[in-house]
Amino acid sequence: MTAALEAKNIIFGYGEKKVLKNVSFSVAEKDFTGIIGPNGSGKSTLLKILSRSLQPGSGSVLFNGKDIFKLDTKLVASKIAIVPQEELSIFPFTVFETVLMGRAPYISRFSWESREDISIAESAMKLADVKHLRDRNLDELSGGERQRVLIARALAQMPKILLLDEPTSHLDINHQFDILELIRKLNENAGITVLMVSHDINIAAKYCKELVMLKDGKIFKHGPSCEVITKEIIKQVYGVDVRLVKFPGAKTPAVLI
Amino acid sequence: MKARVIKYISLGLVFMLGCAAAGIFIGSVGLPAKDVFNIFLSKVPLLGGHIPHTWQSGVEDILLKLRLPRVILGLFVGASLAVAGAVFQGLLRNPLAEPYLLGISSGAALGTALVVLLNIPFYLLFIPSIPLAAFCGGLVSMFLVYALARTKGKLPVQTLLLSGVVINFSFSAIIMLFITVSNKGLAEITFWMLGSLNNANFALLPYIIGGCTLIMGIIYLFANDLNVISMGEETAVYLGVAAEKVKKLMFVLTSLLTGLAVSVSGLIGFVGLIVPHIARLIAGPDHRVLLPFAALLGAGFLVLADVLCRTLFSPVEIPIGVVTAILGGPFFLYLLKRKK
Repeated sequence: MTAALEAKNIIFGYGEKKVLKNVSFSVAEKDFTGIIGPNGSGKSTLLKILSRSLQPGSGSVLFNGKDIFKLDTKLVASKIAIVPQEELSIFPFTVFETVLMGRAPYISRFSWESREDISIAESAMKLADVKHLRDRNLDELSGGERQRVLIARALAQMPKILLLDEPTSHLDINHQFDILELIRKLNENAGITVLMVSHDINIAAKYCKELVMLKDGKIFKHGPSCEVITKEIIKQVYGVDVRLVKFPGAKTPAVLI
Repeated sequence: MKARVIKYISLGLVFMLGCAAAGIFIGSVGLPAKDVFNIFLSKVPLLGGHIPHTWQSGVEDILLKLRLPRVILGLFVGASLAVAGAVFQGLLRNPLAEPYLLGISSGAALGTALVVLLNIPFYLLFIPSIPLAAFCGGLVSMFLVYALARTKGKLPVQTLLLSGVVINFSFSAIIMLFITVSNKGLAEITFWMLGSLNNANFALLPYIIGGCTLIMGIIYLFANDLNVISMGEETAVYLGVAAEKVKKLMFVLTSLLTGLAVSVSGLIGFVGLIVPHIARLIAGPDHRVLLPFAALLGAGFLVLADVLCRTLFSPVEIPIGVVTAILGGPFFLYLLKRKK
C-alpha cells in the first residue's frame, strides 16, 4: 500500500521546550488513523504541522512523496482538508457562504464560483446534514452544528485526506455519534483517508483502524488499534491502571478507569 | 452571487449619484438645473457645439472649477477610506479597525506639520508641498510599522496593531512638541487634522483618481482571499490562501490608498470606521459584494457630509471631520448597542 501522508523525522519546539522529538510515521491511502496520547504529548502540535499551520523545526511532511510545504498551497488545499476544533469569524457569514469557502482552492482570482462549485457545496451540506441550516449565521449554531458545518466545508474541498482536530471534544454523545458515523462513512464509502486527533481513547479505539500513541513527543506505539489499546501500554503511557472490557463483536476493548 | 453584486452595486450607485447631485446643486449659490444640464451637454464632443450658450459665465465657473472637482474629490476620498477600513477590519479581524489605525494618519500629520512649521513654500518643483509631505509622511510610518511588526518573516496581527498604536502615539507627541516649541501653526495643523475638501489642490485630482482606482481594483482581486482570511489565518492556509503574502500586500496597498486620500483631504475621521459596518449590515460580509458597495456608500456619504459642512454655518465652513463624526458617532453607538 502506498503512503498518502508521511511524516519524516519531525522535530519541533516552542523555544527551548521540545514538543516533538523525531516523529516519523505514515498513513496509508484510505486508512482511518487516530493520534492519541496524554495532554502535552504533542498530538495537537503534530496535527498543526501536518496541516501546514506550523512549520517543523526539521523534518518534512510528504503528500504522495512530495513536501507539502513546497507544493503549491492551492494544490495542497484541494487534496488535504482540515477540520479545526473551533472557528468563528467576527463577521456574520452564513452556513452556505462558509461551506462555499471550501471551494476557494478551485476558484481563480479572476472568476466567480461556477454552478458546479455551488452544487458541490450543496451536496457537501447534505452529506454533513447541515442543509437545513443553509441561511443561518454561524454564530447562532450549537457546537455540534458548527462542527458539522466545518466538516461540510472540508468536504467541499473534495479532499483525498481529511485531518480532524478533536472533532467531538465538547459535544454530547448523540452529536459525537453522528459526527463519528459521518466520518466513518466518508472513509468507507468515499474512500477518504482520515487522520484524527482525539484525547478520548475509547472513541479512537472504536472508530480508528490504526492508532499512533504519542508520549512525550515521541511515538510510543503505532499499529492496529487492538495492538495499541492494551493494559500495559496504557499503564506505561498514562501511568494509570485501567480495566479493559471487550464487548461481543467489538474489535478493540473499551477502557474503564 | 453575481446577481447580488449587481443588485448592491446598483443600489450604491443610485445613492452615490444622488449625493453627487446634492453636492453639485446645493451651496451658497444655487445653480439652476437647466444650466448645469446644458453646461454638461456642451462639453460632450460633437454634440457640444449645438448647445446654445444661455447661462452666465459665473455659473459655469462655479460648476466646473469649484463644485464638480470638489464633488469628484469627495467621492474618491470617501470611497478610498471606506475600502481601506473594510480591508483592515477583515484583515485584522477587528471590527474597530479603521484606515488610520496603523500609523498612516500620524505620519501624514507629521509631514504636514513639518511643512507648516518650517515655512516650506507652497509649491516644491510644481508639486504642492503639503500633499507631498503628507503622502511621504504616511509612507514613512507605513514602513516603520511594517518593520516594527515583522517577526520571523511574518506579520502577526497583534504586533501590527501594537506597532501602529505606538507609531501613532510617538508621532502625535512629536507634532505637539514641535508646535509647542515653535509656538505657531497650531490652528493650521489642527484644521488639517480635522480634514477638509476645501483647501484641496484640484490639480492633483487626476493622480488621485488614477491612483485610487488602480489600488481599489487590485484590492478587489483579493476579495475572496479576504473572506477566507477573516475566518482566521490558519483557516486561510487550510483553504489554500497564502495568508502571509496576501496580508503584506493588502497592508501596503491599503496604506497607499489611505495615504493618497489623506494627502489631499487631511484626516477625515469615522468614514473608514463606520461606512464598512453600515455596508456590511446591508449587503452582508462577503467582500466581493462588500468592497464595491462600501466604496459607493463611502463616496456618497463623504460628499453629503461636505454639503453639510459648506452650508450649515455658511459662510463659515466647518471641518468635514466634525460633520462625519457628529453624523457617524451616534450611528456607531447605535450599531454597538444593537449588536449586544
